[in-house]
Amino acid sequence: MPHIDVPLKRGRFGETSRPDNWWIQPLVVFLGFSAFICYSTWAALQGNNYASGPLLSPFYSPLLYGPEPYAWFGGGPPSWFPSFLPFSSAFLILWIPGGFRFTCYYYRGAYYKAFWQDPPNCAVGEPRKKYWGERTFPLIIQNVHRYFMYLAVAFIFLLGHDAWEATKFENGRGVSVGTLVLTLNTVLLGCYTFGCHSFRHLVGGMKDILSASPVRKKAYDCVGCLNTRHMRFAWFSLFCVGFSDLYVRMCAMGIWTDYRIF
Amino acid sequence: MSEVTFQIWRGDRNQGAFQEYKAEVTEGMVVLDVVHKIQAEQANDMAVRWNCKAGKCGSCSAEINGMPKLMCMTRMNTLPVDKPIVIEPMKTFPLIRDLVTDVSWNFEVKKTIKKFKPRKADAPDGTWRVQQADVDRPQEFRKCIECFLCQDVCHVLRDHHMHSEFIGPRFLVYTAALEMNPLDTEDRLKDLKDQHGIGLCNITKCCTKVCPEHITITDNAIIPLKERVVDEFFDPLGGLFKMFR
Repeated sequence: MPHIDVPLKRGRFGETSRPDNWWIQPLVVFLGFSAFICYSTWAALQGNNYASGPLLSPFYSPLLYGPEPYAWFGGGPPSWFPSFLPFSSAFLILWIPGGFRFTCYYYRGAYYKAFWQDPPNCAVGEPRKKYWGERTFPLIIQNVHRYFMYLAVAFIFLLGHDAWEATKFENGRGVSVGTLVLTLNTVLLGCYTFGCHSFRHLVGGMKDILSASPVRKKAYDCVGCLNTRHMRFAWFSLFCVGFSDLYVRMCAMGIWTDYRIF
Repeated sequence: MSEVTFQIWRGDRNQGAFQEYKAEVTEGMVVLDVVHKIQAEQANDMAVRWNCKAGKCGSCSAEINGMPKLMCMTRMNTLPVDKPIVIEPMKTFPLIRDLVTDVSWNFEVKKTIKKFKPRKADAPDGTWRVQQADVDRPQEFRKCIECFLCQDVCHVLRDHHMHSEFIGPRFLVYTAALEMNPLDTEDRLKDLKDQHGIGLCNITKCCTKVCPEHITITDNAIIPLKERVVDEFFDPLGGLFKMFR
């Protein structure tokens, strides 16, 4: 690779000629992500109030160990789980959507800026001189994103099943505010997951010739359509999944009542 | 008509400073018009590179209020005039003088990318048949005017000066145009990973933000290339699947 023989001046941290409030965007991202991380960690640690009537919190779904009729394998914790650790069924599943978001191309760019100042914003000086990128350990691990995507796609169907189950009431099928919240959550998470860059690559991006397969071309165009709004769906779905847990939790604690629409 | 204050970088590789100029700005003017006006009336020796004045030659790249932009495409009425407008040369490339930088490194980088290698001709007359649907993707990348604003804003080059390890967004776009070309048979993935440093891009999307041709550099060129590199080098399950297909 060619090199430049004239030493270039290295900017100081925060050095820029930009007169706008460039720090607002990374600050908002930092506060938004931090708020979600704090709330979801707290909610996962609780290990209770995650179900109310037909509603099951998305932070605990699929519920592997827990009360009937929500749990897949009965009451927990499982025998292999270390007894000295506090158990919450959320621990067993949250690493999948968490890993999917952590390795997501949109989130990577956003949190490198907001949390790591790498860079703080476009054309603004950085705090560190060394830079490894995603070429070496540890960030080379980001390349596992597609594996998390495979698992996240399965979660969309499980959450869709939860939304369907949320229409089952003691006196027959119906729709409550909780049903709508869980349905909206599934739709937004679906739009986020099926607009993923790795998914776009999987359905057609890997091919140079798409016209030979009209189904593949159509799928690629549809995913591309979601992909152009990936950032928007990343934020909406993040907010909605947090709110869904809050809604179920409030109903389970008896603070809110799940209003039945019909 | 209003009088606006400008701070323009004047100097060469060894020394320089911002100099203040005041100029009358009228409706419809772009930054390059003002720079020409200052050059004509107040600073005859000011160096500025320009050519088409239509956003198609990519010559007048500079940093206006800290953001890489084409001077000919930046309208004065889009800039706040209550404070001095700062105009400086691109920071990622060596300065020649005033607003002119030496961008020849880019031309050397381009030579390191494997050339277009088409498949055997489809017809006896040596021509090919290609569907429009298959050239839509590479056609977006062909809009590039090589202004190098994306290279300028990329922090890997701008802040970390990794010019000998990273080809930058412009040449990732160029590689994507070749890799996604339905006629091309060359394999550039190993080069992308080992020599051209695609792993150094951390997807901040600054290149996309500054592109005057609105090429979706990160989402449509860099990330798909990263995914192809993952296919080839970081996806053992995918490799296994391909073996049995």
